[in-house]
Amino acid sequence: MAQTFEEISPADFFYRNRDIAGFTNPTRAIFTAIRELVENSLDAAEQIGVPPDIYVRLTLEGKTTHGTEIYKLRIEDNGSGIPPRYIPAAFGQVLFGSKYKLKQMRGTFGLGGTMAILYGQITTHRPAYVVSSTGGARIFMYRLMIDIQRNRPIILEKRTMLNKTGWRGTIVEFSLEGDYFRAMPKILEYFKQTAVMNPYANLTFVDPRGRLYIFRRVTTRMPPPPKETKPHPYGIDVELLQRLIQITDCKNMLDFLKKHFHRIGDNIARKFLEFAEIDFLKDPKKLTHDEIVHLARAMKSFPDFLPPDASCLSPLGEELLRAGILKELKPEFIAVCQRKPSTYAGHPFIVEVAVAYGGEIPRKNDFILYRFANRIPLLYDEASDVSFKVIHSINWRRYRVTPDMPIAILVHICSTKIPYKTVGKEFIADRPEVKKEILNGIREVARQLQRYLSKREYAERQRRRLNIFAKYLPKIAEFSTKLAGMEQPPDINGLLRSVEKLGLES
Amino acid sequence: MVSNRKVSALERKKEVLENLKRFGAEIYKQMMLGRFPQIQMPSRSIENIYYNPELRQYVLGNKTVRRSARNIRHIRPFTQLVWAAYFAYELTSQRKTSTLRDVYYSSQAYEVPFKDQPESNSIITDLETVIGFSREDFNIFPEERSAVFGDLTIEYTVPGYEGKRLNLTSHPDGVMIGPALTSAEFVKTSADKVIAIEKGGLFTRFIEERVHEKFNAILVLTAGQAPRATRHFIHRLNKELELPVYIFTDGDPWGMHIAMVIISGSANAAHLRELTTPDAKWSGVWATDIVDYKLPTDPLTEIDIKRLYELQRDPRYKDKLWQREIKTFLKIRRKAEQEAFSRYGLTYIVDEYLPAKLEET
Repeated sequence: MAQTFEEISPADFFYRNRDIAGFTNPTRAIFTAIRELVENSLDAAEQIGVPPDIYVRLTLEGKTTHGTEIYKLRIEDNGSGIPPRYIPAAFGQVLFGSKYKLKQMRGTFGLGGTMAILYGQITTHRPAYVVSSTGGARIFMYRLMIDIQRNRPIILEKRTMLNKTGWRGTIVEFSLEGDYFRAMPKILEYFKQTAVMNPYANLTFVDPRGRLYIFRRVTTRMPPPPKETKPHPYGIDVELLQRLIQITDCKNMLDFLKKHFHRIGDNIARKFLEFAEIDFLKDPKKLTHDEIVHLARAMKSFPDFLPPDASCLSPLGEELLRAGILKELKPEFIAVCQRKPSTYAGHPFIVEVAVAYGGEIPRKNDFILYRFANRIPLLYDEASDVSFKVIHSINWRRYRVTPDMPIAILVHICSTKIPYKTVGKEFIADRPEVKKEILNGIREVARQLQRYLSKREYAERQRRRLNIFAKYLPKIAEFSTKLAGMEQPPDINGLLRSVEKLGLES
Repeated sequence: MVSNRKVSALERKKEVLENLKRFGAEIYKQMMLGRFPQIQMPSRSIENIYYNPELRQYVLGNKTVRRSARNIRHIRPFTQLVWAAYFAYELTSQRKTSTLRDVYYSSQAYEVPFKDQPESNSIITDLETVIGFSREDFNIFPEERSAVFGDLTIEYTVPGYEGKRLNLTSHPDGVMIGPALTSAEFVKTSADKVIAIEKGGLFTRFIEERVHEKFNAILVLTAGQAPRATRHFIHRLNKELELPVYIFTDGDPWGMHIAMVIISGSANAAHLRELTTPDAKWSGVWATDIVDYKLPTDPLTEIDIKRLYELQRDPRYKDKLWQREIKTFLKIRRKAEQEAFSRYGLTYIVDEYLPAKLEET
């Protein structure tokens, strides 16, 4: 029996496997499309240090023959804009993107925006419309489609306009099939949680019913942008090693290690090569496949590499986290905790945790959990997430807390590589290192909550005490005055003041 | 015989009012000095109740409790106590009467409500302890009423009846021992003894059989366990008129104890005086009467027997007669009601038993 092998393009691959990119069904697809494009816009603004202004509009265009709807999705941002020569590829070619460097970025696959457009094209056969300017003299407009088999953009129309107002940003508009009304709760939740994580952003959403949702920024301060970084040897694999060898211009192993890896200096490079029994002066391009495999293994087992530094990460920071929670959740009390950077398998990560209590936080039968990875809200598969497990492993009674209290817990993990458990990228695996950081973070904020609650309880008790004294002392004064046959009742204000001050014997 | 203490009831009221006022003034003074008011009163806990052989009743020991308005747990009962004192003062000075149930509801009008009847009752008992008078003295009466019949002329002191006199033979059902009678002065009597009877049926029989005339007696119906007003009334008959008191109850541990409470009082009233009549006699029905008169009987129940063992250890029962009767009950394991004498005819109890017992005791 003869087998047929055919090579397929990345666009074709994702066309056939769109489930893994989050376009499983019309409900999920519309959520994913909005999410991918909003995140691209947030990144585009943050890249140039500008507080994001993002406008999203979803309008109903019609119905399909099989009971779903066609929507037009439009997203406008004030981000960096895209240089005109990259516009067609950025939106018309899968796996083209600026996100293949090692720093923390939102976009999960580096194909989010394009996948959304690809999905729109597959389901509606209509072109996408892209307008962008980097703030220069001109604005560029493209109408394009994707040649799926060849993974190439097809430019249907291109126009250039004068940028009289100095506008900078990107507008994307395309049609797609979806089911907004099913997706609505998740979409609104997504905007709300995004607003929590991005308190410096203005988010506007007009939904197909014409309802306007506005999430206003409360600060213009933004977290410092992440720096690009080289791969850490602990996180290396054979595939990556081969790619680095292909592109390197280093002529010996010593230089190769120092140039392409994170935190390897001359001293450590020498020690490592001795450990791996590889000649310092060997030309990396002359390594055999077996030697590359050996090198990769040695990198994982060498004990003396320095831990990766976390400058490539961009956590939100305690102050902004607090501001975001305060603005969207309006609780009575917030405790936040940013853990020190840590690593798992050579990938640096930082855990940020917050607990919010009372105020407008609703009372449910369980804690409300907000999960974020690289500042993206994770809205699906909560019960499989490591944070969920950590929260339910804690003995909350120690903190005088019960699940029926109005409590929200927020866990944010940022990393150059988030340890997602599945390709769906909706929940985080329980890596022991990550688990430990989350646990310690939650313990810290729980302790703060406990202190707050007991303080509040104390104040409440004092208030009740005072109320009791304020209720009964005047009666004692009244009746004893009458009994004694006096006119002037005794002044009890002094006694009440002493109750307030002392906290009397109980 | 004429009372030599005609004004005793009025004087007593005056003293009650003074005590209530002094209590209020003490609290008022402390508050004027900018202090949290507090009071000290005898503890009524079990450990502080002793039997006093000289007084022949239970008394409170030296332990005291302090109630302070400074203490969050005390301030509510403290307020209730001050209110109760004020309420009692108003009642007494306006010569109105009330009941425990009434007190419970009245408190709500002054916004010092009690959470339930027992709480309100307990505050009234506190007030008795603090003032040193029983609640009947500050015009709070129980619901249950007993009665009296016999040749005793009294003079009312209650409003509207001041100076009016009544002979207690005027009504064939007897006269209710209520607030008016309790506060009345004794004027004169021809009786030379008091016979207290546990049950209404026998009380009526005695009146019908003219026991009061035949035996020169004032008849008092206790209607079961004698209310405190009745105990105080018997005490007065004994003290003021110097009349000996004979008590007739059922022949069982419960009847014995009805007699004992009239004689020596109860532990619950250890904080009070003048409720007891130590010289009163329990005249029957004794266990030995059951044997001697061959009365129809019922067997003692387990509870009866348990109660007998309790009484056997009770200091009030240490006298020979009581111990002998308890032993006899335990031996014969039978009990008899007062009505049991009817097997010998309706008048047998009056014609035969009563004279014999009055003679014997």
